[in-house]
Amino acid sequence: MQVETSCKILYKDAPNPHAIRFELAVGDMVERSCKAPGQFVHIKCGPQRLLRRPISVCSCQSGPAGDDLLTVVFEVRGEGTAWLAQRREGDCLDVLGLLGNGFHMEPQGRYLLVGGGIGVPPMLGCAENAPSRCDAVLGFRDSSHALLLNEFSAHCGSVAVATEDGSLGERGFVTGPVEALLEKNRYDAVLCCGPRPMLKAVAGLAARLGLPCQVSLEERMACGVGACLGCAVPMADGSMKHVCKDGPIFNAGEVDWNG
Amino acid sequence: MADMRVNLAGVELKNPVTVASGTFGFGREYSEFFDISKLGGISVKGLTPLPRQGNPAPRIAETPMGMLNSVGLQNPGVDAFIAHELPWLKAQGTVIIANISGSTPEEYGEMCEKLSAAGVDMIEVNISCPNVKAGGLAYGTRPELAAEVTTVAKAHAAVPVMVKLSPNVTDITEITKAVEGAGADAISLINTLRGMVIDVKTRRPILKMNTGGLSGPAVLPIAVRMVWEVHNAVKLPILGMGGVSSGSDAAQLMLAGAAAVAVGAATFADPMAPIRVLEELGELCDSQGLSSVTQLTGAVQPW
Repeated sequence: MQVETSCKILYKDAPNPHAIRFELAVGDMVERSCKAPGQFVHIKCGPQRLLRRPISVCSCQSGPAGDDLLTVVFEVRGEGTAWLAQRREGDCLDVLGLLGNGFHMEPQGRYLLVGGGIGVPPMLGCAENAPSRCDAVLGFRDSSHALLLNEFSAHCGSVAVATEDGSLGERGFVTGPVEALLEKNRYDAVLCCGPRPMLKAVAGLAARLGLPCQVSLEERMACGVGACLGCAVPMADGSMKHVCKDGPIFNAGEVDWNG
Repeated sequence: MADMRVNLAGVELKNPVTVASGTFGFGREYSEFFDISKLGGISVKGLTPLPRQGNPAPRIAETPMGMLNSVGLQNPGVDAFIAHELPWLKAQGTVIIANISGSTPEEYGEMCEKLSAAGVDMIEVNISCPNVKAGGLAYGTRPELAAEVTTVAKAHAAVPVMVKLSPNVTDITEITKAVEGAGADAISLINTLRGMVIDVKTRRPILKMNTGGLSGPAVLPIAVRMVWEVHNAVKLPILGMGGVSSGSDAAQLMLAGAAAVAVGAATFADPMAPIRVLEELGELCDSQGLSSVTQLTGAVQPW
């Protein structure tokens, strides 16, 4: 059975000047519904807003007795996330989750993790799930938007950073370092979360090498559980799938990138 | 404890709280949250003769205490529903209402025949979807077309036919009377109201279809007013919906004249909303010393 859970904010900080991180006490939510890294939680953003906000899980762990912990990292994008950003340690959030499918990862698989901007935090769960069996390429607008670099370094063989203005790491997009790593190393798959143009570009690089690629998609969402059919994304075969229930993780090859 | 049973056009509901078409899928998703046999009924996602992919995304935009949707009747088609969804739904122990949309009166008739034979409890004829080009809203805004669809549906249905009306009309009673005259067994209202949200930075509408249907708490007073107008205009039983998110919201619609209500967008915010509405409505009846929830229907005392 799925349940809504009142989750206390145990810890709040800002991993960079633009993002907010909450560590939440989520009861037995992780034990009950965690399938794989890349799932999301659906958070109610105050009594004045009808719709919840889907936020990808950064990392989570199940505790021994209903004391599971879950971390989310988000940026203020509109009124809902602005309300969320004003919550303090000790406040409780109404959380639905974990929802969606998550990345498919094999127990001994080697992965290239690619994150862009606020799409970086969800990839940390993948890194934690495959310690020392993954490399990460993280892209940011500039150095002030970089986040979680130490956390990724703790779990990944290598962490490459690209910024659009060159203020940290390589200047440019993630595609440069991604291409170099794909040529140098052997991976079982590329796992990717970030803005759609980045996903499309990385999917193209992986496809050229015949390498499986999984991407995390976003769409405006209402119910979060597959009932309202709001968050539709077109597939290459002409069918329609839904981010909340069929995703948010899709095989890059099945997505209609021109849709 | 008040008796919560109600009768809607000859169909007995164990209580007056149903869920609205398009907000509850075919029931499977929310069956993971609560025992859906507790519901008075389920109106399933709108069905069409053939599968429909629906509209391009974005299909959802939030509004002050509400939302717009432009899903566009995405559904697997009536045959797939009967083969793959209905057997499971019928086993859930609640009333199943099949919501249908066609682009010709004949399509409505064909679906009524198939669904009656397949054993649904009731058919809800949707003549009010604001998000499709053919049929849909056109039937719901012109009395003679609404009557024609109703006549054909009634001729082919072996179960009660309820017609779902659009609020996007100047005078709701005109169309109600046309539908009653054509033999409808019940009326459901309101469908969503057409609306639009624009992103001021990009100067683009949020919805890819530009406009969509408004639902959620914001529309409740409109629903209450329209149910009241329809109740005053015709004798038909009414399934009231639009913005219900509490027991007192449900009671308002019943006082205005509804025999039963449907919870819709509220379920997106709170998956337990239908159950909470039911519990609160029961408590409200008890606190007012009612022996039956039916005592609420039409009991408003207008000035």
